[in-house]
Amino acid sequence: MGEGGSPSTMDLMRSEPMQLARIIIPMESSHRTISYLGDLGLFQFKDLNTGKSPFQRTFAAQIKRCGEMARKLRFFRDQMMKAGLFVSSWPSYGSEIGLDELEGKLGELEAELVEMNANTEKLQCAYNELLEYKLVLQKAGEFFHHAQSNATSQQREYGDRLLEGSMDSPLLLEQEMTTDISKQVKLGFVSGLVPRDKSVAFERILFRATRGNVFLKQDVVQQAVCDPVLGDKVEKNVFVVFYSGERAKNKVLKICDAFGANRYPFTDDIGKRHQMITEVSGKLSELKTTIDVGVLHWSTVVQSIANQYDQWNSLVKKEKSIYHTLNTLSFDVTKKCLVAEGWCPVFATSQIQKVLQKATVDSNSQVGAILEILHSKESPPTYFRTNKFTSAFQEIVDAYGVAKYREANPGLYTIVTFPFLFAVMFGDWGHGICLFLATLFLIIREKKYSSQKLGDIMEMAFGGRYVIIMMSIFSIYTGFIYNEFFSMPFELFGRSAYDCRDPSCEDATTIGMIKVRDTYPFGVDPIWHGTRSELPFLNSLKMKMSILLGVAQMNLGIILSYYNAKFFKNDINIWYQFVPQMIFLNSLFGYLSLLIIVKWCTGSQADLYHILIYMFLSPMDDLGDNQLFWGQKYLQILLLLSALVAVPWMLIPKPLLLKKQHEERHQGQTYAPLHGLDENIENERDYESHGGHEEFEFSEVLVHQLIHTIEFVLGSVSNTASYLRLWALSLAHSELSSVFYEKVLVLSWGFNSVVILIIGIIVFVFATVGVLLVMETLSAFLHALRLHWVEFQNKFYEGDGYKFDPFSFALVAEEDD
Amino acid sequence: MYGFEAMTFNIHGGYLEAIVRGHRSGLLTAADYNNLCQCETLDDIKMHLSATEYGPYLQNEPSPLHTTTIVEKCTLKLVDEYKHMLCQATEPMSTFLEYITYGHMIDNVVLIVTGTLHERDVQELLEKCHPLGMFDSIATLAVAQNMRELYRLVLVDTPLAPYFSECITSEDLDDMNIEIMRNTLYKAYLEDFYRFCQKLGGATAEIMSDLLAFEADRRAVNITINSIGTELTREDRRKLYSSFGLLYPYGHEELAICEDIDQVRGVMEKYPPYQPIFSKLSYGESQMLDKAFYEEEVKRLCLSFEQQFHYGVFFAYMRLREQEIRNLMWISECVAQNQKSRVHDSVVFIF
Repeated sequence: MGEGGSPSTMDLMRSEPMQLARIIIPMESSHRTISYLGDLGLFQFKDLNTGKSPFQRTFAAQIKRCGEMARKLRFFRDQMMKAGLFVSSWPSYGSEIGLDELEGKLGELEAELVEMNANTEKLQCAYNELLEYKLVLQKAGEFFHHAQSNATSQQREYGDRLLEGSMDSPLLLEQEMTTDISKQVKLGFVSGLVPRDKSVAFERILFRATRGNVFLKQDVVQQAVCDPVLGDKVEKNVFVVFYSGERAKNKVLKICDAFGANRYPFTDDIGKRHQMITEVSGKLSELKTTIDVGVLHWSTVVQSIANQYDQWNSLVKKEKSIYHTLNTLSFDVTKKCLVAEGWCPVFATSQIQKVLQKATVDSNSQVGAILEILHSKESPPTYFRTNKFTSAFQEIVDAYGVAKYREANPGLYTIVTFPFLFAVMFGDWGHGICLFLATLFLIIREKKYSSQKLGDIMEMAFGGRYVIIMMSIFSIYTGFIYNEFFSMPFELFGRSAYDCRDPSCEDATTIGMIKVRDTYPFGVDPIWHGTRSELPFLNSLKMKMSILLGVAQMNLGIILSYYNAKFFKNDINIWYQFVPQMIFLNSLFGYLSLLIIVKWCTGSQADLYHILIYMFLSPMDDLGDNQLFWGQKYLQILLLLSALVAVPWMLIPKPLLLKKQHEERHQGQTYAPLHGLDENIENERDYESHGGHEEFEFSEVLVHQLIHTIEFVLGSVSNTASYLRLWALSLAHSELSSVFYEKVLVLSWGFNSVVILIIGIIVFVFATVGVLLVMETLSAFLHALRLHWVEFQNKFYEGDGYKFDPFSFALVAEEDD
Repeated sequence: MYGFEAMTFNIHGGYLEAIVRGHRSGLLTAADYNNLCQCETLDDIKMHLSATEYGPYLQNEPSPLHTTTIVEKCTLKLVDEYKHMLCQATEPMSTFLEYITYGHMIDNVVLIVTGTLHERDVQELLEKCHPLGMFDSIATLAVAQNMRELYRLVLVDTPLAPYFSECITSEDLDDMNIEIMRNTLYKAYLEDFYRFCQKLGGATAEIMSDLLAFEADRRAVNITINSIGTELTREDRRKLYSSFGLLYPYGHEELAICEDIDQVRGVMEKYPPYQPIFSKLSYGESQMLDKAFYEEEVKRLCLSFEQQFHYGVFFAYMRLREQEIRNLMWISECVAQNQKSRVHDSVVFIF
């Protein structure tokens, strides 16, 4: 990661040593300095102006400028989207460009684009208007044509009727006709287009406003029309309204306006109409070419923007982050320097100094920036130097809580124990290989995937790819131990140790088989598969194994608490917490583990439940058949007594000692410290005043210790029991896979039909992938997570630190929109 | 089922109540207002607001900002939230939410009608309308010449139609009877809303009747003060008061005969909840009354969040946001016109 960092192999054991540093930067080189520090990405700035609101800060104006530029860039991106250009697909090239220059350029481009858009909009508006006009001419023309032909036919009919005889025709008809004809001259009409969703309301309002004295004719325009005013595609109806009288006309016009109906002039003379249509069509084609040229020009401009968009965008983001950082700095008394305070890892000191020098030289400043190390009581941030392999494991730990500064880091052990505990639950080398191949695919295409955006779930799988590959490798290993391959047994490591008594193998299920060879060399003997006693055998094996693993991991947790206590020089915790805890856990469950191992080695038939239960109920009784080794009874009495002693040992001394310590420290405060070195005194003072500030409430400490003790004592039982989930999940996994294998694959095989076999295979594949590979992986993952967070980490992990959050351009670029 | 809302409320209302409470936590705080009051330009205001929930709505505005843009965008946010809630709501909550907008509808109708009376452009008027009170045929209001036409043409299709029964006259529209129409409509609306909330029962009825009673009383006082010195008769004035609230009915009798502000004060001081409002004002002053009422209203609205499982929070949230937007408008206006000394005159802190 850094060339200056000491190549320590123990990066993950504890977090990096940090220091609080103050950098005094001359005004003229401040921008460049911050920019270089951002490139380095190893300095976390503290906000020294917390009292000031954002716009009162020194560089608020520059931030506003950057915000304005970001707004322009967003405008460009919208335009690029409109043009169908993808932002990320264009490689950024071109020379470095300054912020001022960029600002000017962006302003110009925006003005140009806005003008172009306005022009095209105007043209488009005219074009759409003409288009609508043409539609009205055509559609309304049809109305008139129909109406005329109808009218003539009616007239003819009417004429016929008159000839036939006037008896059956209504008497008023003639009168009506005549008035009609006389009024027809005064009838006015308006034609235009109205949006379809409003057309019903339009008709209704027209009817109401004129008390029904209008005639409205509408027709649907098939395809959506661009509205000249809004510019969107809208479905519309062509309408013609006939009215009589001036007042009605005013009303109709007002209503048209209110409904956003565009009106167009229209004549009922056919000849004129045809002439108008051709005229409009000519204008339309003219406008079309103009618009096309405009659009072409626009797209070239947008294209040229798209080429440099990424570069500009990242520049603006960078500048904005620099000014944000500058805003957290405070002014020197002389107003000529800026003062930055913040955390940096100790190993980065020389790198930071180098960067500061470089900034001074590059900005031709006469005075260099000064780095000083400060002493502080504040607890520093936690920083682990992770790589792409370890970061995912560290994330698992951080999700629970970020480690306290310099605390033993469970992340390191998690790298091995997490995939291993997962694999204990997921033991099947066939499934393991599937998982391995899928993850390998992700890892091989790592470069490609890391640069692009993936979906939510895919992102998760990709982020944890190294965790998953470790999990799959371990699953293959435990799969070999369990001898499971999609629940099929394989004789991989030699032949089974057992065989039938005679070739016919009749009494294999009644009397049993005999051992003919050496024990099967690795894992479970395949001959167990499918036998009646398979489950009891595997259960006993897995249950015992779970307890062994659990006790081992919990012991590791307690041992880590020892290293923590040693590191923080806390003798009380070693003698009154670590030691009794070790004794308590191991005298009960350590002893149980010992019994398990002895039983496995000797092949004894002793009942371990019985031993353990009667160890408590009647420790003085004889063990009888259950005795595994000589002196077991006395050992048990000894262990029981030591466990009993361990409880008050945990509970009582620590609070008393803490009280004593506090009182001593309190007394010592009245005396002035007598030390030679100035710095020493300062340190001491810091330390003492720190101690003095702490409130010491004895009852609180006692209650706290009481809770801790109870939690540990009860926890050691319940946590051990909790590790039995390893057995339970592995049992569930193997049973599920055997169900899918036997009830689906083997069953469909038995039908001797290709179709059924194919269906069976499809069901088997989907069940295996969906249930076993995805859901079981998730559940085993969660259980492994729980075992780490609760059972393992509660033995030692405080996890109340906060993460190191350096100012880094790499991080700035990542946080997107 | 009074008192048993806790058992069933969350089936339909739980999600939305969570949403509205989440929105409420996004309201600007006193610290925000303090910062806003210190702004020098509208850009500063934009910058400050970009750190709040208004950020996404303002970030794409080009730099020379106007007060109207700020208010418009902030209102847009409220409208978006309202529409989201309305989409998710089921009966009877959706009706309740719709009731909240009727007040704006009345205001919009009055705005358009007065506007056309003074021969303003309809489009211009439409832009001024509150987006929550929009309905389809609102633009056609311009066509109407008198109340009867107004009702028959346009309003018969809107939810306001039932409120119109009292004010259908064939007189031509003028400023006076438009104002009377507004108050009659508002009266009918408040009474209807009140009845609806009573019908819902439970905590909703309890809290909403309190809030609506306050609203009705405030309107009664405002009507009285505004009608002093006009040709409105006592009987007509009496008719405009809503028939519920703390002042109903005896307070209304007294208010109806008031001739100046001090008489109103005398009437109101008989009612303990309104005493503190008037005790803050000096005699003969009516300028600060609005602010005092707003402050009291905000206090009551905030209190409605203390209780769970009722619809009052939606009403309260909408009102609080509107108050916030009024505050923002006032602050931006003061900043834009360099009148920063007057900033505190009309800003009502919500928290």
